[in-house]
Amino acid sequence: MPTLTHYLALSAVLFAIGIAGVFLRRNLITVLLSIEVMLNAANLSLVAFGRFLGTVEGQILLFFVVTVAAAEAAVGLALVITLVRHRGSLDPDAYATLKW
Amino acid sequence: MSLVLVVQIGLVFFVFVALLLSSAAMVYAERKFAAAFQQRLGPNRVGPKGLLQPFADVIKLMFKEELRPKGADAFVFLLAPVISATAAITAFAVVPFGAETTLFGLLDEPIPLQAADINVAVLVVFAIASMSVYGIVLAGWGSNSKYSLLGALRSASQMISYELCYGMALASVLILGGSLSLREIVDAQSGAWFGIIPRWFVFLQPVGFAVYMISGIAETNRAPFDFPEAEQELVAGYHTEYSSMAFAMFFLAEYINMVTVSAVATNLFFGGWHGPLLPESLGWMWFLIKVSAILFFYIWVRWTLPRYRYDQLMHFGWKVLLPIAALNLVLTAAGVVYLGL
Amino acid sequence: MASELLLFYLFAAVAVVASALVVGQRNPMHSVLLLIVSFAALAAVYLLLDAPFAAVIQIIIYAGAIMVLFLFVVMLLNAGREAVQAGTKVAAGARAAGGVLAAVLGVELVWAVAEARRVTGAVPLDVDPAVVERLTSVRAIGQKLFTEYAFAFEVTSILILVSMVGAVVLAKRRGEP
Repeated sequence: MPTLTHYLALSAVLFAIGIAGVFLRRNLITVLLSIEVMLNAANLSLVAFGRFLGTVEGQILLFFVVTVAAAEAAVGLALVITLVRHRGSLDPDAYATLKW
Repeated sequence: MSLVLVVQIGLVFFVFVALLLSSAAMVYAERKFAAAFQQRLGPNRVGPKGLLQPFADVIKLMFKEELRPKGADAFVFLLAPVISATAAITAFAVVPFGAETTLFGLLDEPIPLQAADINVAVLVVFAIASMSVYGIVLAGWGSNSKYSLLGALRSASQMISYELCYGMALASVLILGGSLSLREIVDAQSGAWFGIIPRWFVFLQPVGFAVYMISGIAETNRAPFDFPEAEQELVAGYHTEYSSMAFAMFFLAEYINMVTVSAVATNLFFGGWHGPLLPESLGWMWFLIKVSAILFFYIWVRWTLPRYRYDQLMHFGWKVLLPIAALNLVLTAAGVVYLGL
Repeated sequence: MASELLLFYLFAAVAVVASALVVGQRNPMHSVLLLIVSFAALAAVYLLLDAPFAAVIQIIIYAGAIMVLFLFVVMLLNAGREAVQAGTKVAAGARAAGGVLAAVLGVELVWAVAEARRVTGAVPLDVDPAVVERLTSVRAIGQKLFTEYAFAFEVTSILILVSMVGAVVLAKRRGEP
């Protein structure tokens, strides 16, 4: 029977992978994908704790987190589209200066 | 390995094979009915009355050459039909098609006639149906061709837009049925009012049924919503560049999606396997009859109505059908709370 | 049961490998597809946690809607394989430092979780299936969501409206209706 430790360890590993993606990748879309990976890791720990405390609040919080993640992904991708239209590059370093 | 487990595994295979055979039967039925609507004969050469036509089609498709456009992303190009077919077949896994049966007394305990008995079955059908968008989008992208990409994007936007109305029509039935399990919704429709009118949800929810069928036809990319596949405008839309078995997979997926939508409609609105005259254990016969009636309606609509233009289609989905579905949902909820339906 | 542990390890391995490949490999289109695989594996883990609603929500919203959005944007921007930009202003050791930091964070978190095994190593409070069903069913979720958390629910709807308007305004080309 997987204990809570197993689920939390999986959540920790996924979170670290997501953070590595945000640190290392030079592509705006992949950075956003890594943020989604981190959000999923957090969701997993929410649901795991909810199950182990015998309450349904974990799933309710998951519902809200998923909704917020959807809103954030929509606006984030719209921003990416706008940026690429102006500068033509998906590399975050191309936006390092404030020159327009 | 108890006998019940063996029978359950056998049921899974049975459902799989039945879906494949049903899509072959649909190919034949579509062509024969299309011929009847157009006052001609249809297939009548291969086998008696053309009954072996689907097998001839499959053998022809198997012997064709597999083409792949240059510059196409090979992995994505080959993954797309796999996703389409897999999503279509998997969605049927949670649909029940009969009452609990003991297989004529062979088993100790009755097993439900479905591949998997899940108590959030309605949501699972919806979830897997929303995965079938990927088959189309990846087919368009992986083909590296402008017709495919245009057709795929149109088709994907159409499917996503009509998923909303599909979900709202489902939600209206869920309020009436009181459960997410398809089996329990069907059981809520057993019996009859005044002994004559069966207690089907289609009588309580005619608008919901209309919304569901229209969204279902749009979801499966059938006419009059088949603009993405329009032969006259887009060559063949997202499956332009596919040949042989990959093409067969897309068509398999389309017909099985139709069967799934009809089966779910039967369970939600027409009482599933409940019907007069037959005992409960033969309820699957009623299920087959009802599903066949809805599939006939599908074919009838395709060969009768002209095709929607893409902007008319999106306008209808967002500005007409969605408010109607939302209003239906609110009225159903009000009815259940205040009238105790 | 041993089979549950085995299934957990299987799905955990799929999720970790898919997420690592999302971060590691070059083509954004493949990254999106691999992330869908990771979400599916996580949905299976939610099923192991007796949370069928969470699993289905994960598939419908995350894998079925958000990833379609990502896919559309990748196709719109024609994001090909990541080219090495000439003259990038990143210091040579910065990327290595980033990787090391992420690895250190991961090891720290896993170590912290494992050290707290006295608290977190417990089995779930309720293992009786009937009790679990009553506690975590969709009915229970609905009851709590629309009574205790009704305000948050309504605020979420406004949030989605705001983000919809924002996304449309941002993505529109200048001068279009």
